[in-house]
Amino acid sequence: MPSLKEQLKLRIESEVQTQIHVGRSFAMRLETRAYSDLHGTNEVNSGPLSLKGRGNAISISPREQLQAVSAHWSSNPSFPSNLQPHLRPNITTQSQHHQPLPSRPYHLHITAITMSAGPVHPSSEPARWKYLDRIRTRPGPFTTPEMFSGETSAEAMDKMKILVIGAGGLGCELLKNLALSGFKNIHVIDMDTIDISNLNRQFLFRQSDVGKFKAEVAAAFVEKRVKGVKITPHNCKIQDFDEDFYMQFQIVVCGLDSIEARRWINATLVNMVDETVEDSYKPLIDGGTEGFKGQARVILPTITSCLECQLDMHAPRAAVPLCTLASIPRQPEHCIEWAHVIAWDKEKPFPQLDKDDPEHITWLYQKALLRAKEFNISGVTYSLTQGVVKNIIPAIAATNSVIAAACCNEALKIATNCAPYLGYPENNYMMYSGNDSIYTYTFKHEKKDDCPVCGVSARELAVDPKWTLQELVDSFAARPEAQLKKPSVRAEGKTLYMQSPPSLEEQTRPNLEKTLAEGLGLMDGQEIGVTDPAFATVSFKFRLKFT
Amino acid sequence: MLKIWSMKKEQQKAENSDGAAAGAAGGPKKKKVTAAQLRVQKDLSELSLGTTMRTDFPDPDNILSFILYIEPDEGMYKGGRFSFTFNITPNFPHEPPKVQCREKIYHPNIDLEGKVCLNILREDWKPVLNLNAVIVGLQFLFLEPNASDPLNKEAAEDLRSNREGFKRNVRSAMMGGSVKGEGFDRVAI
Repeated sequence: MPSLKEQLKLRIESEVQTQIHVGRSFAMRLETRAYSDLHGTNEVNSGPLSLKGRGNAISISPREQLQAVSAHWSSNPSFPSNLQPHLRPNITTQSQHHQPLPSRPYHLHITAITMSAGPVHPSSEPARWKYLDRIRTRPGPFTTPEMFSGETSAEAMDKMKILVIGAGGLGCELLKNLALSGFKNIHVIDMDTIDISNLNRQFLFRQSDVGKFKAEVAAAFVEKRVKGVKITPHNCKIQDFDEDFYMQFQIVVCGLDSIEARRWINATLVNMVDETVEDSYKPLIDGGTEGFKGQARVILPTITSCLECQLDMHAPRAAVPLCTLASIPRQPEHCIEWAHVIAWDKEKPFPQLDKDDPEHITWLYQKALLRAKEFNISGVTYSLTQGVVKNIIPAIAATNSVIAAACCNEALKIATNCAPYLGYPENNYMMYSGNDSIYTYTFKHEKKDDCPVCGVSARELAVDPKWTLQELVDSFAARPEAQLKKPSVRAEGKTLYMQSPPSLEEQTRPNLEKTLAEGLGLMDGQEIGVTDPAFATVSFKFRLKFT
Repeated sequence: MLKIWSMKKEQQKAENSDGAAAGAAGGPKKKKVTAAQLRVQKDLSELSLGTTMRTDFPDPDNILSFILYIEPDEGMYKGGRFSFTFNITPNFPHEPPKVQCREKIYHPNIDLEGKVCLNILREDWKPVLNLNAVIVGLQFLFLEPNASDPLNKEAAEDLRSNREGFKRNVRSAMMGGSVKGEGFDRVAI
């Protein structure tokens, strides 16, 4: 049995290199408060291998999972190295125990579907839906006659359109689960193409698919495998579609890897709400994983807390103080991060750092190695350099399964009312942590009154297009709900008038004389944001309506 | 399918809220104000710059990018004018603004490339912090340079070992002179 350190070295050098990684499985951190409330700790865990960069992910096979945990610990910058000896015996025993197990059994849950995408016998079809239909069509202890009608729920699901955003680690699971749960009309959006490193967990893809669009390949695979389901792929960005597109769906499920994309789809769905249109409320189910941790949550736009309300649930990327990097590095990651953040900028060996260019990574690796030598630090390797620079976070196939399963079941329950779902009136957030045995906690995240997305829905504001901006600004003071004395006004991409800071006030002051439509180019239906220091936490949004 | 609409009606009834909010949508909806931009707008309208700071927006329509000038009126850096670029990403406030000093200055917590070692710009950033916190932090660096978190090790060592000598170095660097062979930008006004 090699020592832990040797194991780590082996893992990092062989695993990371061969599995060339990098799907962009997203890293989302769990709320630590809920956890610590119960556990009396302040710290669940801090950052993984990575220090900085985009949320790239490396996947590790289950056999390596335990080793990965120990790698995580020993490379964790916030873990004092003198703590490690205490952890070692434990981990070593565990990995010894698990070492002989073949990795396959861990994947049994998906082998059923991954084995072949061959033809399906029609005769097997009714049997496939037998048990699902028992759930969908029979009243249960939690169904009420007003909400649940067994005759119509399966039929309603047949007609329903559901949208899956992301066809990566979570997306593959979601598509498979939703198709096997009886959703017949599924759309999927993903702008990415398949990378070889995706194959170990994104099980709808094969080696021959590398380079093809994820959405397309995933859709074709599931369509072929599950008879009667129609999956429409969209190989593009979510931002390429407008509200009319999103309006056609009844439910939106997200398996995304970035906060930016989450914020965008959240804001879009919240903005789509029109109180006079029953169909404009689209439940949003969001899943996310990082290593052994994950979350599933349901958002009912404008009714329950939205993703923007929950923005602080995403723990910031673990970062090491710049001065530590510059003066007293203690860990190999510090040396790599120093090469990345400080040495690169100083020497600029290439005009622009390309994290996918081996030449660039080699440069950083060499720099980091020299620095590590200077401070007598061991452990800097090429693959660790790659991991730190690209912020590679371990993505674990089974965690994706757990979270995607939770998301899919919520979609099924929302679609049929066959059982109470996550989201309303109480709990809307389920956190899952497999870091320390298994721990889950489901709670209610409150809606924020001052949320810039759902706290203030844009109110209609009747204005004369011939008004000057000054007249508009003055009119805010008279509005009963706002009574803004010093309003600052912006449209997206256009600063109309800012009261502060002084230089911006001066620059935008000439706008006050201009008319709204002709002078400033504002359009009917355009949204403006209004802030006022008198309302420290709230901002206002208005939708201009020309009269 | 879940009847969200009736739930919303119930919720409104329960809260007895003003049903007047958000009227019918008139025609296609136009460009939305994004949450990040609205947050920056709010932060800017609450900025208290005092007499020692001012901003400059090269493009007033792009509030995500601007320059902050600091002219300390006390401390060792009094009489200098220092400028910082602020670049705010669409991920704000999840991510901190990117701040860099534009001049080459002699300061223990700012390196020769303009990188700033300020905890709230990196490891201690939280979405509840705002731009005001950042500019207060920057101003503080000029009042209380901190030798224990050095980015410029030579400067930090000077400050620690010989405070008077450090002060002289600051003066000569601010005048555009050099310290131990390293030339600095003139920032004195």
